[in-house]
Amino acid sequence: MDWHWASLADFLAMGGYGLYVWGSYGMLAVVLAGELWALRARRKALAQESDE
Amino acid sequence: MAAKRINWFYYAAPQRFYVLAGRCIPWFAAAALLLAAVGLVIGLGLAPTDFQQGDSYRIIYIHVPVSWMSMVLYLAMAFWAAIGMIFNARLAYMLAQAIAPTGALMAFLSLWTGALWGKPTWGTWWVWDARLTSELILLFLYIGFLSLRAAIDDERRADRASGLLAIVGAVNVPIIYYSVKWWNTLHQGASVSVTQGSSMAEIMLRAMLIMSLALWAYCFAVVFARVRTIILERERGAAWTREHLPRAQWA
Repeated sequence: MDWHWASLADFLAMGGYGLYVWGSYGMLAVVLAGELWALRARRKALAQESDE
Repeated sequence: MAAKRINWFYYAAPQRFYVLAGRCIPWFAAAALLLAAVGLVIGLGLAPTDFQQGDSYRIIYIHVPVSWMSMVLYLAMAFWAAIGMIFNARLAYMLAQAIAPTGALMAFLSLWTGALWGKPTWGTWWVWDARLTSELILLFLYIGFLSLRAAIDDERRADRASGLLAIVGAVNVPIIYYSVKWWNTLHQGASVSVTQGSSMAEIMLRAMLIMSLALWAYCFAVVFARVRTIILERERGAAWTREHLPRAQWA
């Protein structure tokens, strides 16, 4: 099995569909990171509250 | 019939499930990272270009997994809400409560990635067809569940009211699933079907299934982490929570 892309620029361009493909993968990354961040903040708030 | 039976009710106590979930989280997190890495390399790096859709089709490696999870998580949420109502089990309600935010995010991602795929493929971000509309309703059901919970101060009443909404809304899930069969939709038919197998090339199918497993593992990890937080929030008065609180970290 060979690497499909000739270059990094080629890879990023996604055959002209870069905006759509990376817009999808990017939003997935942002949403998951945001979810983990929010969950940690919730956990921290709980720990702080118990310290008081 | 000498097989030793696992006593499932043992873990119905939030205190015991808290520990069990904590032990599972690192494994699910590791599995999610590993599977996602493999799936992304195959899907974005090795799989060939689709002869009809060009490289826009690569959105499928996340669009299908998030859409599946949005439906599976909804059914899981409704299932635990029903268990909560039948057995009056606190932990079951807590699980339903923990699943909802992740389910809502999956439904949102399904619509988002669908729009970004629809634009180059159909020429439009959105169309009011059966598949898209029923998925949008799914997102609203998740939001409704979370809003209803948030609006009721009494925890047990919030459990029952939101639980009922979750159960009634479950009727929407088979509608989403079969919408492409029942109605003429712009949305393409199922890529993978229980009865007809797959319509995809081997390597594309493999990448998509690996990405789905990665997302399953992620959802398990994040829901378990959230249910642990919810357990601590709701059992605040109980003595056992104190040993877990001061160093409240992930696991």
